[in-house]
Amino acid sequence: MLDFLKRPVETFQEFLFLSGRAFRNIFRSPHYADDILLQMDTIGVGSLFIVSLIGFFSGVVMALQMSRALSTYGAQGQIGQIVSITLVRELGPVLASLLVAGRNASGIASELGSMRVTEQIDAMRALGTDPIQKLVTPRLIAMAVVLPLLTIIADFLGLVGGYFIAYSLLNITTDQYWSTAWRALEYNDLTQGLLKPFLFAIVIALVGCYYGMNTSGGTQGVGRSTTKAVVVASVWIFIITSMLDPLFVNLSS
Amino acid sequence: MTPVLPYTAPPPASPTAQQPVVRFDDVNLTFGDTPALVHLSFTMRAGETRVVLGAAGSGKTMLLKSAVGLVAPDSGHISLFGEEVTGRKESQLYDVRSKVGILFQEGGLFDSLTIAENVAYPLLNQHAGQVPSPAEVDQRVRESLSFVELEHTLDKFPSELSGGMRRRVGIARAVVTAPQLVLYDSPTAGLDPITANTIINLILKGRDLNNTATIMVTHRYQDGHLMANFRYNPDSGKIERAESSQLTTRFFVMQEGRLYFEGSEAELRAKQDPYVEKFARPGSS
Repeated sequence: MLDFLKRPVETFQEFLFLSGRAFRNIFRSPHYADDILLQMDTIGVGSLFIVSLIGFFSGVVMALQMSRALSTYGAQGQIGQIVSITLVRELGPVLASLLVAGRNASGIASELGSMRVTEQIDAMRALGTDPIQKLVTPRLIAMAVVLPLLTIIADFLGLVGGYFIAYSLLNITTDQYWSTAWRALEYNDLTQGLLKPFLFAIVIALVGCYYGMNTSGGTQGVGRSTTKAVVVASVWIFIITSMLDPLFVNLSS
Repeated sequence: MTPVLPYTAPPPASPTAQQPVVRFDDVNLTFGDTPALVHLSFTMRAGETRVVLGAAGSGKTMLLKSAVGLVAPDSGHISLFGEEVTGRKESQLYDVRSKVGILFQEGGLFDSLTIAENVAYPLLNQHAGQVPSPAEVDQRVRESLSFVELEHTLDKFPSELSGGMRRRVGIARAVVTAPQLVLYDSPTAGLDPITANTIINLILKGRDLNNTATIMVTHRYQDGHLMANFRYNPDSGKIERAESSQLTTRFFVMQEGRLYFEGSEAELRAKQDPYVEKFARPGSS
């Protein structure tokens, strides 16, 4: 009767198994430092431009949209506070992570999927290398380091975008904007602003690796894995942020 | 040009040489409801060759993958060089795998590595013995690539080579450690007849120079015929017809995971069975 649940439960179990081995390998030799640096370059430097662009324009859009609501209460001077809190707590981590999920979860899934269908992963095992140690753990470490850094950049450029609108269209002074933006932030905001991308990074890397490593069915299978990786990683980003938000909102009250 | 011989001779015969190199004992493997291997049992010793024929999906590749523990059987026992493979952790298999060379059907060359790095990979990831010095690795890689007449491709990437050349690099990688057992999965699939013959000649040389046990999965009867009836003569550097005393090749025909037929080439050709006959004629596939 519950057969329809069997496959998702098995998938989740396999995912947890892969995750466990990937984390355990962080503390085991051999360590593939070159692969970690290569992945940091691919994920971090490769995503820098698009994350910066989206970060900047999200600040611009937010300042523009919120200015109308704030003007109703004569509180346009607080635009820095609104942009700052929204970006650092929520939009910066989520937008940066969604972009990286779209760009890199797909990249990881397609790369590992291609290796799977061309028997490179079997060859690696046959030649005495643990594919999780060589392929999954470096991507996990690289993503966990790089995504929080990308989020900081996205947050900062979002604030710059908000300032651009506040200064040029809303006649708010530089001092007023930056002081309200800065004073609005508490440790709680910074904690969740950095914890979220860290957790999202783990999910993006592991979901991309899981679907890549379990690809079957030739090139069509690679396409399916890539799509699934992006969709599942994106959904999990929203699930995790929805689960964390009540926790942090309660902490700050 | 006579290829350079890249191998160190295997250790002299010892009491363990009488031990089977490969032993399958009532091995069963299924994927869902599909049987991949059914009650499979056989043994083979050093210097022997098995040519595995059969329809697509009959379990030929699974036989090779289960032999080195890449796929775990549901029941039964598999041992290599007297060591049990079944029921062991992945990390416990690395030692025994380092005595085995494998050519995968898709080549299995690493796209991100150069040809030299691909061939050096088994040497640099030795678990059973000492990792050779960089100079020795370089020398053995060059010798191995020279053996397959591709020494000029050292710095190229696999994507820059043709299918036949990639297969030859795969052979160079499979034999660079002078393994005692080499597994070939459809080494001639998708290749033109001339390139296919070149590949089989290289496999013959690799086998006969080191008295290596060889399992070759193939769709082409001609590949098996060459393996069964010809030998590489190191003195003349030529492939020659083998004498009857040198015939150590047996043929397997697999059907839906079962070992449907096992016997010599003569027995294969004499077999009156519609399924076996499909694989026992020149040009059959």
